Amino acid sequence: MSTTTATAARHADAPARRRAFDWAPARTYIQAGIILIWCLAPFYWMIVTAFREVGYTFDPTPFFTHFTFDNFATVFDESRGNHFARNLWNSLIVAGVTTVISLVVGVFAAYALARLKFRGKSLVLGFILGASMFPGVALITPLFQLFTNIGWMGSYQALIIPSISFSLPLAVYTLTSFFREMPWELEESARIDGCTQGQAFRKVILPLAAPATFTTAILTFIGAWNEFLIASQLSNDATKTVTVAIASFSGAQPHQEPYTAVMAAGTVVTIPLVILVLVFQRKIVAGLTAGAVK
Amino acid sequence: MSTEAPTPTSAKDALAGTHHMPGKESADRRQVTQGRWAYTLLAPTLILLGVVILYPIINAIIMSFQKDSGLDPATGFFTEGGFAGFENYTHWLLQQCGSGPALGPCPPGTLGAQFWDAMGTTFFFTIVTVALETVLGFWMAVIMARAFRGRAVIRAAVLVPWAIPTAVTAKLFFFMFAFDGIVNKLLGTQILWTGSEWPAKWAIIISDVWKTTPFMALLILAGLQLIPDEVYEAAKVDGASAWQRFTQITLPLVKPALMVAILFRTLDVLRMYDLPAIMTGGANGTTTLSILVVDQIRQGLNNASALSTITFLVIFLVAFIFVRFLGANAVDAATTGKK
Repeated sequence: MSTTTATAARHADAPARRRAFDWAPARTYIQAGIILIWCLAPFYWMIVTAFREVGYTFDPTPFFTHFTFDNFATVFDESRGNHFARNLWNSLIVAGVTTVISLVVGVFAAYALARLKFRGKSLVLGFILGASMFPGVALITPLFQLFTNIGWMGSYQALIIPSISFSLPLAVYTLTSFFREMPWELEESARIDGCTQGQAFRKVILPLAAPATFTTAILTFIGAWNEFLIASQLSNDATKTVTVAIASFSGAQPHQEPYTAVMAAGTVVTIPLVILVLVFQRKIVAGLTAGAVK
Repeated sequence: MSTEAPTPTSAKDALAGTHHMPGKESADRRQVTQGRWAYTLLAPTLILLGVVILYPIINAIIMSFQKDSGLDPATGFFTEGGFAGFENYTHWLLQQCGSGPALGPCPPGTLGAQFWDAMGTTFFFTIVTVALETVLGFWMAVIMARAFRGRAVIRAAVLVPWAIPTAVTAKLFFFMFAFDGIVNKLLGTQILWTGSEWPAKWAIIISDVWKTTPFMALLILAGLQLIPDEVYEAAKVDGASAWQRFTQITLPLVKPALMVAILFRTLDVLRMYDLPAIMTGGANGTTTLSILVVDQIRQGLNNASALSTITFLVIFLVAFIFVRFLGANAVDAATTGKK
């Protein structure tokens, strides 16, 4: 400890962190402020524009002016060829079913990868990880032909099946990392304390695994909800998802990019996600970084 | 990738094993039963992935050796289907259009002539965005790792760009980069951002960096948090400068997490589609390999299959280089145990 004092004295001219008057905290706050603005400003601008009258689309005033809900009406206006409610429903079905399948199937694989010892584990994990990095375009071409031949173009399964190709590996990878961290020895303890295997699973393992599974479900759902490439090629008007709809929006005037309406649509799609992410912030960060750091 | 699972045999596992079945033989038997049980649990996942990935891939490879029948857009001649050999591959790699006597270099403007440009654009995007994201992500992570009031707000805020769908991000930045948009107004410029070559490239790069830097920052932050404070204290005591502490402690210790983050992001940008497809439609030199594949689907599926196979091989090769030579081992990161 005495050396610390000596060093502090030696570095008297260097900025020391724990002094009340030094500049280090201020610098931190300034940089934190820049990060905050960088991350939120575009998002804020989308919301401001979503509530702005069409005539003032390019008004640079940085707060809410010419406030209106018209853009949201345009988004859901079927007479303009926008079927946003149906698009939302389609996205919900595709992302929801994809998530459920990935989780139900993936949870067993993750348990095996995290808990059991067996030959070829690295190979299996490498395959699963490789699958998650797989380029979507490499799937689309053969599936385009297959689905055309069997009349699946424009069906939900035509969107769900390719989505599983990236969401299942993601689910398995995230769950495996979570399961590794769980105190499985508690299961053993419960058995020793007289629980049956079923009780040990229900009362000990399930409550521990539920948050991990839930977090993985959120990550998988967001991934599937945000998918664009597959949906843009393999959906039709009936099964078009929100991301595809937003990319091809019809506004009030033809031949004019309906910026305000698109920003309104973007707001509708994004706000639930942002709320979800902020509520489960800690879990999501844990899920995102699980596996990458050990 | 190591061939054998580097799972650390924790003491409690060993104890549990010997507790129930002492002796080496029964331990071996236990391993075998575990193996069988493991593959039973893995079967649904492996079968499903086989169906949704291996089947299309094998199909694509078979298709890539077939000729597309119909009018050749480049030559105007009618082409019969049938076995194509490597013609679809030479079409892209050597930029040769037509077949038989009509074989020749692809006319400018056709998709075949764009292959190497698309390859260059894809790698340009990859190198620039990953480099920018790494630097910015590192900076954000270092700030977020500091203890200050309101840190939670910053950590929540960085999740916002990550949560926004890429299609929405593309439209949002398309709007901000519009001629009358906020970016030109703030900069006092009159740039046709999405309408001319280099501005279009930078508009896409900036959008991608905005959206994905948070992911990078969070991964790096997770790596930073594993470094104990005492290490820094000790280095300070030894008189290491801030720069020395960064290059000799932070960088080496964060390297595993950083390499995995860079690997994930690199493979992600190599298949970039959404941003250029929505912001420019691939115009003005922003056609990536993925966009070229999708454009080709409309002109001939077999040729598109060859291109998508090439794209897949390119990405596979880059992943291999990362894992083999740069030590980005995502598999080990997941299989090896506790911190």
